Amino acid sequence: MRYSAFRLFTEALRGNRGWRPAWRDAAPRSAYDAVIVGGGGHGLATAYYLAKVHGLRDIAVLEKGWIGSGNVGRNTTIIRSNYLLPGNAPFYEWSLKLWEGLEQDINYNAMVSQRGVLNLHHNDAQRDANVRRGNAMRLQGIDAELLDAQDVRRMLPFLDFDNARFPIRGGLLQRRGGTVRHDAVAWGYARAADKLGVDIIQNCEVTGFRMQGGAVVGVETTRGPIAARKVGLACAGNSSRVAALAGLRLPIESHVLQAFVTEGLKPLIPGVVTFGAGHFYISQSDKGGLVFGGDIDGYNSYAQRGNLATVEDVCEGGMALMPMLGRARLLRSWGGVMDMSMDGSPIIDHTPIDGLYLNAGWCYGGFKATPGSGWCFAHLMARDEHHPVATAYRLDRFASGRVIDEKGQGPHPNRH
Amino acid sequence: MRIPCPHCGPRGHDEFVHHGDAAPQRPPADAAEAAFHDFVYLRDNPAGPYRELWFHAAGCHSWLVVERDTRTHEIRSVTLARSET
Repeated sequence: MRYSAFRLFTEALRGNRGWRPAWRDAAPRSAYDAVIVGGGGHGLATAYYLAKVHGLRDIAVLEKGWIGSGNVGRNTTIIRSNYLLPGNAPFYEWSLKLWEGLEQDINYNAMVSQRGVLNLHHNDAQRDANVRRGNAMRLQGIDAELLDAQDVRRMLPFLDFDNARFPIRGGLLQRRGGTVRHDAVAWGYARAADKLGVDIIQNCEVTGFRMQGGAVVGVETTRGPIAARKVGLACAGNSSRVAALAGLRLPIESHVLQAFVTEGLKPLIPGVVTFGAGHFYISQSDKGGLVFGGDIDGYNSYAQRGNLATVEDVCEGGMALMPMLGRARLLRSWGGVMDMSMDGSPIIDHTPIDGLYLNAGWCYGGFKATPGSGWCFAHLMARDEHHPVATAYRLDRFASGRVIDEKGQGPHPNRH
Repeated sequence: MRIPCPHCGPRGHDEFVHHGDAAPQRPPADAAEAAFHDFVYLRDNPAGPYRELWFHAAGCHSWLVVERDTRTHEIRSVTLARSET
């Protein structure tokens, strides 16, 4: 069933009795060409592009819970490509380009809204860093604009510009950045993949790998064994646990990141704003809630909930940036488990085991990467070669010294 | 989450700095590069009991080894890191 305005109109006239489930509730078959472990945004996107771009038809996505129950529904919905390093910029720009055409491609309203992402600066050194980042972006064909304090004041008059400690001096704006309705990304990719014959199998947890002659030939699951020529892991947050089933240790720790939303308010914040003096970012959802977040809690965690010290820290950042935030009531907060890698950048690569592919280590930047990650991981799995924009995301880069440390923090996952 | 410091008693975790897994041991200086790679970069990252290092930065400045469940944050034991070497 194709979604359109005409379809909406005719269904309204017929009492909305014609709508059908957006994807089949598939039962696992005994064998597939390719199995993707993890039914989040990245896994579903990978399955979709494997089918659409590379012509594979015999694909299953295995999800231990229900699709979209993990981090694709636990983020602050921001998309952007304002990266500095050459290993990152082309990949995130390709991902942003895919966002720009996503809804037409998958025939699903994901509410992609390019409302702009503004990174504020508060002193000369931060302005220099923003100039450098903006120039690096423009050299790579990515849009970036430097704003002075007056420009920011016109756009966001309610910020605390004359704060004694952190006055706002300007910012770096990427107008093509913005927000996307996150759940709709999982649902849209699931529906589009299902239409191309992909089996989406929920409540099916992988409990082991079937090996033959040192190669993976399938997986053991809570719903029985499934044979597969190729197995791709896209289970960020739990990558270490699943990889351990195949005897692999990864350069990853799992940490919890919290996000927050206030009660619904009238339209207030036009885009995404990030504070430069603390870690705080905020936007407004189409429903009206102010959606914001900050740092990870800082210690290893598999609990999908965070601690109060981080709530206090994030809210202090918010109050320093826009004091009016104190008048809004916090409605909900939630936590997601992140694959924090040793250099703050992801991994899309082969593993030392034939037939087993790894997509992991997204830290807390995974949502914006969803289409690009799926595209490049599908390319790797189908052709056994790295996609040109993702050649830097190798698993062996830690041994070879080619780390991609955007923040320059060293091998400490809780500081990225 | 509160961490029972052997010197200071139970204190909020924001008084402490987390320094990761307590298990990796620095290889001898003449060890192969691969051993240093494993030491610096690879982690077990378990879901369950986990021994980790915390520094009581806003307290007694002790390095602690805390055994904590990464699923529930239940703390099973706290010892001074010094006593382990």
